[in-house]
Amino acid sequence: MPNGITIQKHGGVSFPILTEPIDEVMVIERATSFTKRSIKKQSKLDALYKCIEMIDLTTLEGADTVGKVKQLCTKARFPVTSEFAEELARYKNFQPIPSVAAVCVYPSMVATAREALKGTKIRVASVATAFPAGQVPLKTRLKDVKDAVSAGADEIDMVINRGAFLAGDFQTVYDEIIQVKEVCGSAHLKVILETGELATFDNVRLASEIAMEAGGDFIKTSTGKVAPAATMPVTLVMLQAILDFYDRTGKIIGMKPAGGIRNAKQAVHYLCMVNEVMGSMWLTPELFRFGASSLLNDILKQIYKQFTGRYAYDKSFSLD
Amino acid sequence: MAGLNDSNLQIAKTIKLYINGAFPRTESGRSFPLHKFNSKKIYANLCRASRKDLRNAVAAAKSAQSGWCNRSAYNRAQILYRMAEMTEGKRNEFVETFVQTLGYSPERANLEVDRAIDALVYYAGFADKYQQLIGAVNPVSGPHHNFTTPEPVGVVGLLCREEFDFSHMIAQIAAITCPGNSLVILLAEEGAAVLAPLAEVFATSDLPDGVINLLSGFTSELYEHMAGHMELDSICFDGKNEKIRARIKEEAIHNLKRAIVKPQPDFTLEHILAFVEYKTVWHPIGF
Repeated sequence: MPNGITIQKHGGVSFPILTEPIDEVMVIERATSFTKRSIKKQSKLDALYKCIEMIDLTTLEGADTVGKVKQLCTKARFPVTSEFAEELARYKNFQPIPSVAAVCVYPSMVATAREALKGTKIRVASVATAFPAGQVPLKTRLKDVKDAVSAGADEIDMVINRGAFLAGDFQTVYDEIIQVKEVCGSAHLKVILETGELATFDNVRLASEIAMEAGGDFIKTSTGKVAPAATMPVTLVMLQAILDFYDRTGKIIGMKPAGGIRNAKQAVHYLCMVNEVMGSMWLTPELFRFGASSLLNDILKQIYKQFTGRYAYDKSFSLD
Repeated sequence: MAGLNDSNLQIAKTIKLYINGAFPRTESGRSFPLHKFNSKKIYANLCRASRKDLRNAVAAAKSAQSGWCNRSAYNRAQILYRMAEMTEGKRNEFVETFVQTLGYSPERANLEVDRAIDALVYYAGFADKYQQLIGAVNPVSGPHHNFTTPEPVGVVGLLCREEFDFSHMIAQIAAITCPGNSLVILLAEEGAAVLAPLAEVFATSDLPDGVINLLSGFTSELYEHMAGHMELDSICFDGKNEKIRARIKEEAIHNLKRAIVKPQPDFTLEHILAFVEYKTVWHPIGF
């Protein structure tokens, strides 16, 4: 961990970024401890509903088509078919399945998603800044963001310059986030650290600090294109950074683990962690999101099991 | 390493479940003792599978099924035949299990293994033949070529009879897997020690992971979960318990799974046909 890093702010003020070295063993231990909670019955059901409301339903493929994005938006609004909802509605205490928090697409699909989600509260998130590598000139990256915002994106998921970060040029990383934030205007900015490429927890913590200082509204683990993507320990390090930043500055930053969270059980583990590390204040879609695609179907399966007592099958749900 | 050669230390085999080609312990951490025949001595402590183990086994079987039925019929036959070879190789282990836990005479135990091997070879032969034998070209009025062909039903749950019947169980396994179904088996409690050599046969026969999954546990605890599981396409139980049969038929309704609750005759084509469904194709032709 390079100590005593100083970042130059605009207007000549510089500030030091000081972080304690991270105890890797204990981070992993503590993160694992959140997977041991026994969440059953009504609490489990509540947690599953909450998870749905926190999902950024995502499709980020070269093969994305207008039709696929429209289909995904329909799924975001109505996660289950009407037949499925009717079957569950026969059970006592059944609550309608909520819609997800946002749909996350490439900039070229923002207009399509915007149109498909008209009249709903579901937000349109767009990855930008030459996602996922970010290896294009800054000018092009900023144009990418501008295009996504003008097409109607409510939220921008940017990638940090890992090349600069790993070369030790933290000032560049910071300055670029500042510029992206300016271009975003009123759109929320989520800063993707791509933790799978940062190699150490110390780096993750440092990148989190830089992203928050530069004005990111959310920090996000991964693009989902690099393994390992979101893990519990890496999310814990970032949550702790958010908490310390809040204590220091009073600013509330959101967290978005993304990639690799495929089943309901993992998602509930994350909720336990957020609740125990941050408190229930962070357990809201405004401050915590899952970047996921197949997670939603697994949560629906678990909800089906909770009400009917039977294990569901894949054919009950859409394929994507 | 000095001294080890003189040791008479017996290393007993831990009998675990067989799910997706691996040998996990039950996620529940539970076990039940299996006694030696007519004795209070414990032969082994077996895993008592939970409904979550069942769920995992079904998920494994589901993901393995399409790959298995898309193998060439000839290759499925080879693999079933390979199982027969491996069963022969493990004959002593099977015989020892039957003698110790079921009180069979060595002659009877050997006979059971013989019949099991015969069953594997028999159904191996049918893997690339049953479709020709039972498929049909149907006469229809109109310009269509119309034909019917049997296809595997999908993922099958097999609840073994209460009374352990090794050769019948193997015949069922072979009849179900030869057309391309995958399988989750809950072994009969009294014969559950056979899980160890049997799983090793499957694990060493080039059988793709997840095609056959073996669970040991209590039928009374798991049969309703199996019968109600929406991912299973068929469930088979040919034991005597009327209550279990009736409940299976009720629970099977939810996803219209095929409930096979009548005993099927071993060593027949009909046995295989209990686990297939028929596809009829109308193909337009000129006048």
